[in-house]
Amino acid sequence: MENEAGALSRVAGLFSARGYNIESLTVAPTEDATLSRMTIVTRGSDEVIEQITKQLNKLIDIVRVVDLSDGQHIERELMLVKVRAEGEWREEMKRMSDIFRGRIIDVTDKTYTIEMTGAGHKLDAFLEALDKGAILETVRTGASGIGRGDRILKS
Amino acid sequence: MELTGAEITVRCLAEEGVEYVFGYPGGAVLNIYDEIYKQDKFKHVLVRHEQAAVHAADGYARATGRTGVALVTSGPGATNAVTGIATAYMDSIPMVVISGQVPTPAIGMDAFQEVDTVGITRPCVKHNFLVKDIRDLASTIKKAFFIASTGRPGPVLVDIPKDVTQFKTDFEYPKNISLRSYNPVTKGHTGQIKRAVQMLLNAKRPMIYAGGGVILSDAAKQLTELARLLGFPCTNTLMGLGGFPASDPLSVGMLGMHGTYEANMAVQHSDVLVAIGARFDDRVIGSPEHFYQEERQIIHIDIDPSSISKRVRVDVPIVGNVPDVLTEMIKLIKTSKEKPDQTALKTWLTQIELWRSRDCLKYDRTSDIIKPQFVLEKLHEVTGGDAFVTSDVGQHQMWAAQFYKFDKPRRWINSGGLGTMGFGLPAAMGVQLAHPDAMVACVTGEGSIQMNIQELATCKQFNIPLKIILLNNRYLGMVRQWQEFFYGERYAESYMDTLPDFVKLAEAYGHAGRRIDNPAEVEDALKWAFSAEMKNTLVFLDFRTDQTENVYPMIPGGKGLSEMILV
Ligand SMILES: Cc1cc2nc3c(=O)[nH]c(=O)nc-3n(C[C@H](O)[C@H](O)[C@H](O)COP(=O)(O)OP(=O)(O)OC[C@H]3O[C@@H](n4cnc5c(N)ncnc54)[C@H](O)[C@@H]3O)c2cc1C
Ligand SMILES: Cc1ncc(C[n+]2csc(CCOP(=O)(O)OP(=O)(O)O)c2C)c(N)n1
Ligand SMILES: [Mg+2]
Repeated sequence: MENEAGALSRVAGLFSARGYNIESLTVAPTEDATLSRMTIVTRGSDEVIEQITKQLNKLIDIVRVVDLSDGQHIERELMLVKVRAEGEWREEMKRMSDIFRGRIIDVTDKTYTIEMTGAGHKLDAFLEALDKGAILETVRTGASGIGRGDRILKS
Repeated sequence: MELTGAEITVRCLAEEGVEYVFGYPGGAVLNIYDEIYKQDKFKHVLVRHEQAAVHAADGYARATGRTGVALVTSGPGATNAVTGIATAYMDSIPMVVISGQVPTPAIGMDAFQEVDTVGITRPCVKHNFLVKDIRDLASTIKKAFFIASTGRPGPVLVDIPKDVTQFKTDFEYPKNISLRSYNPVTKGHTGQIKRAVQMLLNAKRPMIYAGGGVILSDAAKQLTELARLLGFPCTNTLMGLGGFPASDPLSVGMLGMHGTYEANMAVQHSDVLVAIGARFDDRVIGSPEHFYQEERQIIHIDIDPSSISKRVRVDVPIVGNVPDVLTEMIKLIKTSKEKPDQTALKTWLTQIELWRSRDCLKYDRTSDIIKPQFVLEKLHEVTGGDAFVTSDVGQHQMWAAQFYKFDKPRRWINSGGLGTMGFGLPAAMGVQLAHPDAMVACVTGEGSIQMNIQELATCKQFNIPLKIILLNNRYLGMVRQWQEFFYGERYAESYMDTLPDFVKLAEAYGHAGRRIDNPAEVEDALKWAFSAEMKNTLVFLDFRTDQTENVYPMIPGGKGLSEMILV
């Protein structure tokens, strides 16, 4: 989409006005500073997804819309988790982070902050695997997606 | 040479060939008004409420096909304009609205008369812009006109902060503009058009369902040719009236909630339905479940892909501009060796005549109270069916649609999608200014007319001699009808008590008026209003009509096309 003020609110407004749900939405400028790339995760019947695609295409600021789930694609999300790291937790948290290929990027006496990327379900699995009491704070970016192989968005 | 933003704005409008700007001044647009004062390229029409400015620009656009232009100040000026903008948006009317905004450094400071106009209007415009840099001003206005008038038309708002109207920059109006993210299609997909033609040629019970898209794209000629070439019956939506001549034997009138028995039955029982610039509105096909009870194939021609398969599934979608697509279809049909099955078609048309003979629009012609339907029939007669008719919203709107048989496009001007009471009078002003010598009638109700009655002053100032046909039933009639049918006759707040003396009111504004109580006086009053003597005078006719008359047929909410309440 055009990297214009207001473009994001047009998309968000479209979803709320038409009652579509947004599970997650990520957006940032691309290598071409005049363009932004947005990944939206939504759910709906085929008819609803078709309408969402058409309605998005109708927005003047949108250059192109693809449904990544129409083909092979890669999806990644970044999560930061602050966990308890005192006493016996300390070793346990390090171990779990390693298993899930996380990285501890900030350390205090009492806490670790773990960085992890992956598909959404992997991040879910990590949180599941942790003791609920250990999690102090989580922040997730929502998924960014891209086609697999030679498939690209540019027309 | 360097020009101020205000000069640039005015120059851009002139470059676009704008004839009328409908507006209302205020602090944020004073610089622009100062430039308007100094120029003579376009005329400015000072309305008495910003809603009316937008409706007038809208009426002008509907009557001409050109882009309407309105100008309002920031804050309350902009919020007053919102109803007008939403009205135009719902009916896909090409329009550019320019609004003033507080100076850029004041934005976000809760400044005097600041509202987030771009935010407020976002869901009811085709697109909008906030111009933060004067260097973008000319190209933004160019884009606004381009976007408003191409593809599926719609209103575009340009919000201009006051300081931007003061700054200076070089002015050059771009000749052309292209937007990488906006390329509306025109020609339909050839393969799909071929499939559609084949389907039409094989049809046994064909039906053409034509909508506002035919009017918006000036395709009445092609539609009429197609229907006559095939000998297929045609129905129009409320927005499509005049797209196919109502007097043609193939016309079955309007379909939908208050459509004719023959139109609704024919659509429900058709085997091939071709929708042309129509969007399967809920007021048109009623309940989709009921609609699906009969099997039929559907061809849908629309320039907006999101109109297709939105409410009903379609077999042959054709994304394209109506006249282009129809021209191609006509060519294919003419060169095809096949012809539609004439025996089947004859049986089908006979069936339709049978439905037509139900005479679903009949009313008591012997009544000694004025029947609203009678006034509209007489209006048609007196104006030779050649008037521009605007309307407000309610029962009178439906009767006008049913009884003023429109033979030409752009003659019927009403708010269908939003159903905005208060639309009729200001829209009629725009129509009359666009066509100074034409007969313009505003059919209205005593509820609706009071929503923008202040515009009688505008009509006086600018010599707009339109004729107001008030069907005064002393009720919010459409509301009263629903209360009678569905709310046990509990008439909550639907009686218009303490009505003004409309004749005196019209006279107070400097116009002429007459109150009509008897059916015998109806024709005479209309003849007077449209006489040469009153050619340059606004005439306000207050017809005291039957208070309890209802609009028939009616499809109750949630019911299907063939489940009409009939008189
Ligand atoms: C009190 C009341 C009662 C009503 N009752 C009825 C009723 O009984 N019957 C009825 O029909 N309506 C009725 N309406 C109106 C109804 O609400 C809708 O506004 C109307 O039916 C929509 O008409 P349409 O389908 O022709 O679409 P429009 O709103 O006119 O839309 C036009 C369509 O054409 C497309 N289009 C535009 N330009 C082009 C182009 N160049 N090429 C191709 N396609 C194009 C657009 O994308 C759009 O899909 C009523 C309204 C009110 C207020
Ligand atoms: C601005 C606005 N408010 C409310 C309505 C709801 N409404 C639809 S028809 C109607 C009654 C209109 O009364 P009148 O203008 O007298 O026309 P009638 O139905 O009596 O012919 C009302 C209140 C509307 N369409 N628009
Ligand atoms: Mg009334």
